[in-house]
Amino acid sequence: MLTVENLTVRFPTRFGDTTAIENININVQAGEIHGLVGESGAGKSTVGAAVIGLLQTPGYISEGNIMLGDTDLRALDVNQAHALRGKRISMIFQDPQTSLNPLMTVEEQLVETILAHEKMSADEARTRAIDLLEEIGIKNAAERIKSWPHQFSGGMRQRVVIALALCTNPELIIADEPTTALDVAVQSQVLDLIRSLADKRKIGFILITHDIGVIAQIADRVTVMRNGHVVESGETAQVLGRPKHAYTRALMSAVPPMDHKIDRFSVPATEGIEGASVFTGDLAEQWLLEEKDLPEDEQKELSIGLSIEALDVRFSGTRKSLWRKPEDFIALDKISFNVKPGSIMGLVGESGSGKSTVAKTITGLITPNSGTMMLGNEILPAGKSRSRKHASRRIIQMVFQDPYSSLNSRHKIGSILTEPLWFYGLEKDPEKRQELAASMLALVGMAPDAIDKYPHQFSGGQRQRIAVARALLARPRFLICDEPTSALDVSIQAEILNLLKDLQSKFGLTILFISHNLSVVRQMADDMVVLRNGVIEEAGKTEDLFERPQAEYTKKLLSLTPVMPKDWAC
Amino acid sequence: MFYFIYKRLIQSVFVMLAVAFLAFSLFRFVGDPITQMTGVETSVVDQERLREELGLNDPFISQFGRFTVDMLQGDFGYSFRTRQPVAEMIASRIPATLELGVVALLISLVVGIPAGVYTALRPRGVITQTILMTTLIGISIPTFVIGIMLIFLFGVQLGWLPTFGRGETVNIGFWESSFFSIDGWRALILPAVTLGVYQLTLTMRLVRAQMMDVMRSDYIRFATARGVPMRQLYFRHALANTMVPVITIIGLQFGGVIAFSIVTESVFQWPGMGLLFLESIRFVDIPVMGVYLVVIAFFFVVVNLLVDLLYVAIDPRLRV
Repeated sequence: MLTVENLTVRFPTRFGDTTAIENININVQAGEIHGLVGESGAGKSTVGAAVIGLLQTPGYISEGNIMLGDTDLRALDVNQAHALRGKRISMIFQDPQTSLNPLMTVEEQLVETILAHEKMSADEARTRAIDLLEEIGIKNAAERIKSWPHQFSGGMRQRVVIALALCTNPELIIADEPTTALDVAVQSQVLDLIRSLADKRKIGFILITHDIGVIAQIADRVTVMRNGHVVESGETAQVLGRPKHAYTRALMSAVPPMDHKIDRFSVPATEGIEGASVFTGDLAEQWLLEEKDLPEDEQKELSIGLSIEALDVRFSGTRKSLWRKPEDFIALDKISFNVKPGSIMGLVGESGSGKSTVAKTITGLITPNSGTMMLGNEILPAGKSRSRKHASRRIIQMVFQDPYSSLNSRHKIGSILTEPLWFYGLEKDPEKRQELAASMLALVGMAPDAIDKYPHQFSGGQRQRIAVARALLARPRFLICDEPTSALDVSIQAEILNLLKDLQSKFGLTILFISHNLSVVRQMADDMVVLRNGVIEEAGKTEDLFERPQAEYTKKLLSLTPVMPKDWAC
Repeated sequence: MFYFIYKRLIQSVFVMLAVAFLAFSLFRFVGDPITQMTGVETSVVDQERLREELGLNDPFISQFGRFTVDMLQGDFGYSFRTRQPVAEMIASRIPATLELGVVALLISLVVGIPAGVYTALRPRGVITQTILMTTLIGISIPTFVIGIMLIFLFGVQLGWLPTFGRGETVNIGFWESSFFSIDGWRALILPAVTLGVYQLTLTMRLVRAQMMDVMRSDYIRFATARGVPMRQLYFRHALANTMVPVITIIGLQFGGVIAFSIVTESVFQWPGMGLLFLESIRFVDIPVMGVYLVVIAFFFVVVNLLVDLLYVAIDPRLRV
């Protein structure tokens, strides 16, 4: 149905044109889900944009054919191409929060789209829209259709997005990371919906994703892309089951498996990034292990534990009436857990479960309503009562999710890294501070000359290494990693996770590892806690939890996470 | 939402109280009101008697309380200069200023919004560049210079339009309007354009920046991908989302237009509140100045409240 031949897209720049994708060949049949997988920068989204004719300006198609049935998509003029969009090809975007117009009701958006393509009355269009919403799994659609987008939850909103893409009966839908922004439970529902639409309505899908698990679960055929080229293409079972190309194999082995624990992640040796375990930062290493500045009792035990007792956090809700007090939103409901010294504790849950609230409470950014926190043998003052100079502000450090926004873009790496050294008064001599920072960079597997560069000169993975280095330069004993790899590609994720493991075992760090990704937690954590709506559903040894989950919720989470069939993993 | 308006109303009351306090301080403490009211020949005993009669020896709080209560009842006191009630003086001037401000605002919106949309959709076109250049010049020249230039060109050289005053007005109740005669409209054009130019430039640039932002958003890309007709895409999807922040600024600016019409009114001898204020300053007519302050603050508060309500009307997310 859709045939893409020798597609090449170029972007003109000041220094001549750069090629975004080259020589792409893709065939999609009616009712087929064609997976397009690759890491960021592979050109997956560019393929989708070229097919639907929405390339970011100034990009242009320099060669190749795109045929939809008998229509040559490249031969259409602007108006014809626009009329075809929605009518025959449609698209689903990644984030349902931002892909609906917030100021129009769902009904207005659906009816408008239908009327744009078909000759019918507004009433007929409304009837069709309601039927479609019912079909797609929105209950009481006749009422719900009058709602605004913000009145739907994330999963429901993605259903509305799918309904919008579907309302004109297109032949082809391009789904660009349709489930990346969703929780596992919602993700599996949306994937089921896509599968059933392909089967029942014979719609062809191009499913663009970085998640091989998703591909393995629903795609019929798959094309693996890398740096704008097709690496491998074919039936899903064949490509993922018996990958021919080394890159496909590397990509698959970088995905952390969920069904067993491995010691280290294998990293696709790609862009010449220094191996994560090559420690040349002797100076930084010695400095981290040095004990002279530490108080007596801390010297005996380098590692420090954390225990949390009946921690309760509430936020005041929105006021609905003038006279009644608004009801509190309970973010954490009297939770207790214990992080053993020198261990990694995994904290798992869906979005909104209170994971990040735990991190913020421990670091003192949120004041809890009640409960106690013990760091080692001392009580950790909560929230605002913790003084600026309190020792725990140095001992507890944090690595954030998004390495793009967690480093100050106007500071050089050198000044970002030396800040904790003078701030906490750890090193008085400015030259020594620079030396230590350079050595720490080497320790986290970066070239020490990075010290004179700015954050934007580094990739996401490199930035996350810098963020880890900054945390370590405060000489922490307790590290909180809040989704440290969820913004990164799988191969980079593998490198960062290896690095964290190495550092943890070398320096006896205690780590609270927050993630929504179960397979990552299985690889990293010794113990884990499953959190849901501010309540602990289950806690225990990680291996026990995965092998013999007790709580219904844990079982559900485990069963819904897309995994590759066992015999495919290599 | 109900709570939101309620909160805003409470805030407004406090703003008004603070302004009333300022006006009162001006009235009570800038010079001695008794010496300003009486002549040189009044005896000290008479002055003291007057002071006692007017309650100027009472504690500060009760004086301020009386002032506020009088204000609420519409009693604004008497002008030092004309011996008329201040309320009447201001009321007779309000229509002129309001009409000028509203027409200036309309000009800025009717020209500014389409120009902003156009320049956002064709960012590299020749017309866009010309518009941007011209408005840059417009925004850099002070209002009074623009006024004088317009008077020189259209009033003196071409002789098309009158250069001062309101022209022929029609009375509708107490409201003296220049909307109902051709002469009135002719007199209105030049001052309204002068007053609106700055606002127009601001509106246009704001709409342009917001619109360019909105056009890059996901929901516009999604709407394009499902083939929503371009006209609806621009004017239904994009423009509505553009207006949310633009309305705040326009609202605040309208308060500013009313307050700072002083310059335009004096250039065109427009008989509005601004001109009255200038005259009052010249004669140190403190009661009028104080009341002017309160009235302008009241305008600001009302306009802001209206903007908040408009916000709720446009954005369903605020209607909780």
